[in-house]
Amino acid sequence: MCGIVGLFLKDPKLEPQLGAMLTDMLITMTDRGPDSAGIAIYGGARDGLGKLTVQSSDPGRDFKDLDGDLHDAIGQPVAMRVKSTHAVLEVPLDQMEAARSALAHLRPGVKVMSAGDSIEIFKEVGLPKDVAARFDVARMKGTHGIGHTRMATESAVTTMGAHPFSTGADQCLVHNGSLSNHNGVRRELKHLGMTFETENDTEVAAAFISHKLHDGEPLGRALEATLTDLDGFFTFVVGTRNGFGVVRDPIACKPAVMAETDAYVAFGSEYRALVNLPGIETARVWEPEPATVYFWER
Amino acid sequence: MQSFDLGKEGLRALNSALHALKGQTNMTAWEVINPKGAHAIAAGVDAPVDITVRGSTGYYCAGMNKQATIRIKGSAGPGVAENMMSGTVIIDGDASQYAGATGRGGLLVIKGNASSRCGISMKGIDIVVHGNIGHMSCFMAQSGNIVVLGNAGEALGDSLYEARLFVRGSVKSLGADCIEKEMRPEHIALLAGLLKRGEADGKARPEEFRRYGSARKLYTFNIDNASAY
Repeated sequence: MCGIVGLFLKDPKLEPQLGAMLTDMLITMTDRGPDSAGIAIYGGARDGLGKLTVQSSDPGRDFKDLDGDLHDAIGQPVAMRVKSTHAVLEVPLDQMEAARSALAHLRPGVKVMSAGDSIEIFKEVGLPKDVAARFDVARMKGTHGIGHTRMATESAVTTMGAHPFSTGADQCLVHNGSLSNHNGVRRELKHLGMTFETENDTEVAAAFISHKLHDGEPLGRALEATLTDLDGFFTFVVGTRNGFGVVRDPIACKPAVMAETDAYVAFGSEYRALVNLPGIETARVWEPEPATVYFWER
Repeated sequence: MQSFDLGKEGLRALNSALHALKGQTNMTAWEVINPKGAHAIAAGVDAPVDITVRGSTGYYCAGMNKQATIRIKGSAGPGVAENMMSGTVIIDGDASQYAGATGRGGLLVIKGNASSRCGISMKGIDIVVHGNIGHMSCFMAQSGNIVVLGNAGEALGDSLYEARLFVRGSVKSLGADCIEKEMRPEHIALLAGLLKRGEADGKARPEEFRRYGSARKLYTFNIDNASAY
């Protein structure tokens, strides 16, 4: 199964409540996937600064003095916010690559969950309510966000196998379904220079879209290409720095419901996930068509 | 009128109360409030009662229904009225995938659109859809009737047995062994009755529909193929 929720806010007044709304939606979807949960949240971009969200299985050791050690390595100030097993490192945008390289040497056990100027990804094994509480997702602000609760089918139940997957700056993808040609597509993408952290099918879909965007394709075209090049069952929800997209495979057996008002666009695997959103009674509610790309950008 | 707040009392309490109704009962009118997309609302009812759900429902609402009239004042999630035996289910909004799947009897009315696989493997149910139906609808449909006032998606009636499919609008494509057939007077009469029962007689006339059915080449044994087995 797996459960997906997503919110793209049009009304800035809702931005302080983004984390709380997504948390409520995600917990409602718990029985679609109790293995692990994750959230990508976009917001708080500051001129000239980038954010690296990193994860460690031993945060007490790995995050101790990490900001100071990174500062020494790149020669620029680094700010760090630790949240349980994750930490968000703020570094100058032009030092992001240098910081990532230094990180690999300084703390080899640390994994990069996301990089960009507005994205932060938090994901762990466990129930949505526990994962959300651990990272205090309910208090996060932002412009748009995507959440996922996983019932694993294709690969192991691990932190790195949880969704969302991020394979490009400020990009992320979540997936309900399973892909059957991911090994072949992964091989081709590796040949083209993409790198992978897991054997997971969803990471391949994320990297496929990142590669299209890297080649200059607009988001809509990148999503359309999944319909011809990826084989299997999928409902994908993707996030970019300023965009939010949805696509379902032509068979469309993985459920999806969308709602739109003047204040937001919302996605849920089921209508249950949307029932507490403001104004849902009068929202336009519909089931996204198979093999049809939907996206919103600001 | 028995009013039931699903948010307060819970799904098990609702379905237990409905399952306890047997034969003739004087509690014939029920209202369910705060459905909030919950699953399996009023599934497995077997009594001649009238149930109104005030809002949208999740998976399998009114599944296996016998005798009851169930009205959904919203939209329905996947598998609404799945394997219905008798009675009536009326949805004011849209229905998600496989509405009326494997239904053996009764009447399912969808006043909005139905998505993919509507009436898949239907076995005697009558379905009236005021809007459109999605792809792979009526796949392996065995008997019963479906009436679609709008359009049908890809592969309508694939591997069809003896269900009758009436579509007023366009059909994106017909599935294997599904063909258009002539409308004879008995079909016009059948349609007139179905439109009336489906609360659609003010919206469409029987003469506006085309009929689709099985070419009967796929499910009947052909001696020329004997060597293939």
